[in-house]
Amino acid sequence: MAILEPGTEAPDFRLNVTPDQALSLHELRGKPVVLFFYPADWSPVCGEQTTLYNEILPEFERYRAQLVGVSVDSAWCHAAFAKQNHLRYPLASDFEPKGSIAKKYGAYRKKDGFAERAVFVLDSNGKIFWSYCSPVAVNPGADGILDALENLSKEQRRSDDKAERSTFAA
Amino acid sequence: MIKLNVPLSPHDHIQGEEDAAVTLLEYGDYQCPHCGLAYYIVKAVQDHYSDQLRFAFRNFPLAQIHPLAEPAAETAEFAGAHHRFWEMHDSLYENQERLSLPLLFELADLHGLSVSALRRALDTHEFLPRIRNDFLGGVRSGVNGTPTFFINGERHDGSYEFEDLIADIDAHLGSASQAA
Repeated sequence: MAILEPGTEAPDFRLNVTPDQALSLHELRGKPVVLFFYPADWSPVCGEQTTLYNEILPEFERYRAQLVGVSVDSAWCHAAFAKQNHLRYPLASDFEPKGSIAKKYGAYRKKDGFAERAVFVLDSNGKIFWSYCSPVAVNPGADGILDALENLSKEQRRSDDKAERSTFAA
Repeated sequence: MIKLNVPLSPHDHIQGEEDAAVTLLEYGDYQCPHCGLAYYIVKAVQDHYSDQLRFAFRNFPLAQIHPLAEPAAETAEFAGAHHRFWEMHDSLYENQERLSLPLLFELADLHGLSVSALRRALDTHEFLPRIRNDFLGGVRSGVNGTPTFFINGERHDGSYEFEDLIADIDAHLGSASQAA
């Protein structure tokens, strides 16, 4: 299954981010979103994807981007994991029916029963601007995401300029 | 293949000869237990290659999960400003299991550095910009955890076990001798 490509509308979802709070993707319209799917909480490696992104959060914030992680773990599992690792961004629980959102993004490993390591950068209108799927054993790092956010902000500036010019022309 | 995009400069901490055939660069965190294990392996790798290899270290503190990683890196940089970087680097890893703020001051004293000057440097975060700079350069070069090694500017994607590092370094030495 191939992941959704740039230019595609990002499928909306409403998932629990804590046992009693849900997050809808459309609530994040108006700013870029970094949406990443990952296999599972509690991977035993230091500096795993979730903790690495936590460290890089100030860089994402420079682009006003909201970071959201998604795995098939339950909201209770996410809560314990986020607490242990001091995570400062939401982890959404694609738990029931399991993996249904990952499937919509083409990021579900049916054989394993968990998500791929797939990363999507969405523009402020909820359209996929950049996507990348890493081999499941390889932490994709953040260089690709930061490049994508940089390019997205350049493109945004260009289209803002154009809009401004056409306003003057009119 | 992932490439380092911040080349080594005279500002880096480097051990070994400038004309060494292979440069091994580590992005590490003083509180990361994997880096603590890799420390001894790097020493063995340096012994194995002697003058053929030089070794450089850059900071990649995962400060949210390792609250002492940044103060430890600041202490190493403070020592570096007084020409004691490698002594402090080695002491930090060799005493990693008892890493604490008092240990940082104890090690400064051990290496003949002013404890009050270190306290000031930690209070004012004098060396933090350099550490953040290492960190961001690492992120931009595809460092995805600690330790991450680069061999002649190419990311080493194998484990940090001695055999894996040697195999990758040998491959680079082979291509270096072919080019010569």
